[in-house]
Amino acid sequence: MRWLALRTLTVLGCLAALAVVSKLLSANLDTYVFLVVIQCGVAMTLAASLNLINGITGQFSIGHAGFYAAGAYVGAAWTVLWQPIVVRHVPLLQLGAPVGDTLTLLIAIVVGAAAAAVAGVVVGLPSLRLRGDYLAIVTLGFGEVIRVVILNIDAVGGARGLTGIPTLVGSGDLAFFWVFGLVLAVVALSRNLMRTTRGLTWLAVREDEIAADAMGVDTTRVKVSAFVVGSAFAGVAGVMYAHYFTSISPDVFGMDMSIIITTMVVLGGTGSVSGSLLAAIVLTALPEFLRFMQDYRMVIFSTMLVVVMLTRPQGMFGHGEISFAKLKQLFGRRAAGGAKP
Amino acid sequence: MLALRSVSVRYGAIEALSQVDLEVNQGEIVTLIGANGAGKSTTIRAICGQVPTSSGSIHFEGREITRTPAHRLVHAGIAQSPEGRRIFANMTVRENLELGAFIHHGKHEQIRQDIDRVFQLFPRLSERVNQSAGTLSGGEQQMLAMGRSLMARPKLLLRDEPSLGLAPFLVQQIFQIIREINKEGVTILLVEQNAYQALRVAHRAYVLGTGSIVVSDTAERLLANEQVQAAYLGE
Ligand SMILES: Nc1ncnc2c1ncn2[C@@H]1O[C@H](COP(=O)(O)OP(=O)(O)O)[C@@H](O)[C@H]1O
Ligand SMILES: [Mg+2]
Repeated sequence: MRWLALRTLTVLGCLAALAVVSKLLSANLDTYVFLVVIQCGVAMTLAASLNLINGITGQFSIGHAGFYAAGAYVGAAWTVLWQPIVVRHVPLLQLGAPVGDTLTLLIAIVVGAAAAAVAGVVVGLPSLRLRGDYLAIVTLGFGEVIRVVILNIDAVGGARGLTGIPTLVGSGDLAFFWVFGLVLAVVALSRNLMRTTRGLTWLAVREDEIAADAMGVDTTRVKVSAFVVGSAFAGVAGVMYAHYFTSISPDVFGMDMSIIITTMVVLGGTGSVSGSLLAAIVLTALPEFLRFMQDYRMVIFSTMLVVVMLTRPQGMFGHGEISFAKLKQLFGRRAAGGAKP
Repeated sequence: MLALRSVSVRYGAIEALSQVDLEVNQGEIVTLIGANGAGKSTTIRAICGQVPTSSGSIHFEGREITRTPAHRLVHAGIAQSPEGRRIFANMTVRENLELGAFIHHGKHEQIRQDIDRVFQLFPRLSERVNQSAGTLSGGEQQMLAMGRSLMARPKLLLRDEPSLGLAPFLVQQIFQIIREINKEGVTILLVEQNAYQALRVAHRAYVLGTGSIVVSDTAERLLANEQVQAAYLGE
């Protein structure tokens, strides 16, 4: 009971802090910077969710944009196409703006997550038979299949995309609250997972599948769970994107997006949650802030990636995490080293 | 307790096991010896459902377990230490042991006791409890693999070449511990190339030629058997 109370208190505390930060940032950042911050939040969710599949469970999936697309499109389809019909037939649901909008968004989140999770199962099943580069090709292929299917559904605009999605996540502090609330959720889930025996089984599957099996771990179930949870979060990231930017089109969710998300996970250090978050920020914000370099922008950006991977082949953090203890250790050692002649 | 009835296994065109009959009774240490490539590991894999049998059946405590996947067998009471140490190299010693107790997760008190017990058997591991397992020496990794398989509290323990690549004094120690574990009531099926040592701890033994059982007898009699001496005990 006390444990539950403590948990609830922690969650409420985090939400309150998030609300305060949202207010401060939306009031003080200029519109363009704020936009980049929101993009960073979406990217962080995508990277951390792929990290569950790719980093923690070791299933080399690289078609994450497919799940992102599934969530964005199904969530937006609910809001634009289905929600009005439902409301027309159920007068009880004709609620005022704040309550009604929140409810609509919550349902969009649920259907977006569910759609992406189903796609995750479909893509996850081959992972039971394939590994490494073979799995990578299959996941990338499935991601493209999802995009091509969307491209051919006229109801959601086909190649033109789907526009006029209401900004249900709001534009200012509310948007920040929703998007970074999602980031907190995926990070909390990853962290809790890593601390439990059940989470250890996910790592065990990455480390040595045969040994995991010999410990009594149902490796099939672990892999499918990782795909389901990871894809569901990517789906919710898609819902956020759609209801913030108000329009989506299939080319947002192409192979290049898949590759960028994979790069975030690898660059951050496969398996490291904090690493993938930081890499998501760097890979999203840097190209924006390098805009003043004009044509050289992508050259510099790519060069930086190559340099990081050459100097830190394990990614920025390897398998490790950022923690205060480690920072202290690092700076402690620096200081001690500096004192020597 | 464990019974294999004319079990055959094929890898494509090769028949790696043919018509193997093998029995392990409650409380015994049974060893399966044989030259490299004889099919010892294949036998373990067949018991654990990691390779499909092409004919025959396997029973454990009267229930058929032919082709049952390894992770389900752990719940039934069969723990397996696969060939090679196969420890989780990037995890700590403690995490490896906790994973060994995966089927008991949530029983914190039991797990704590069992970890203490493993450290009693292998004091070297207790000094390295928070060290990542990949940094352990070969002998320590073998100890960890052994300790980890005990964490499941198995009724039957399958060990594939626990002495592989170990210095002679460590081999002695591993076999000593196998005997100790057995005295505590764990039945053991021990696969070994080191026939001499294996026969000294075991009660009964099976000698595997290429894919089929050549002789089976008490370990004592096999140690004295001239043919076995010539073929497997060197000199
Ligand atoms: N996965 C496999 N595919 C094909 N042949 C295999 C495979 N595993 C083992 N074998 C063959 O089966 C025979 C028995 O192997 P194994 O059981 O590993 O022997 P042992 O453990 O007694 O050294 C060998 O001839 C080996 O080459
Ligand atoms: Mg072998």
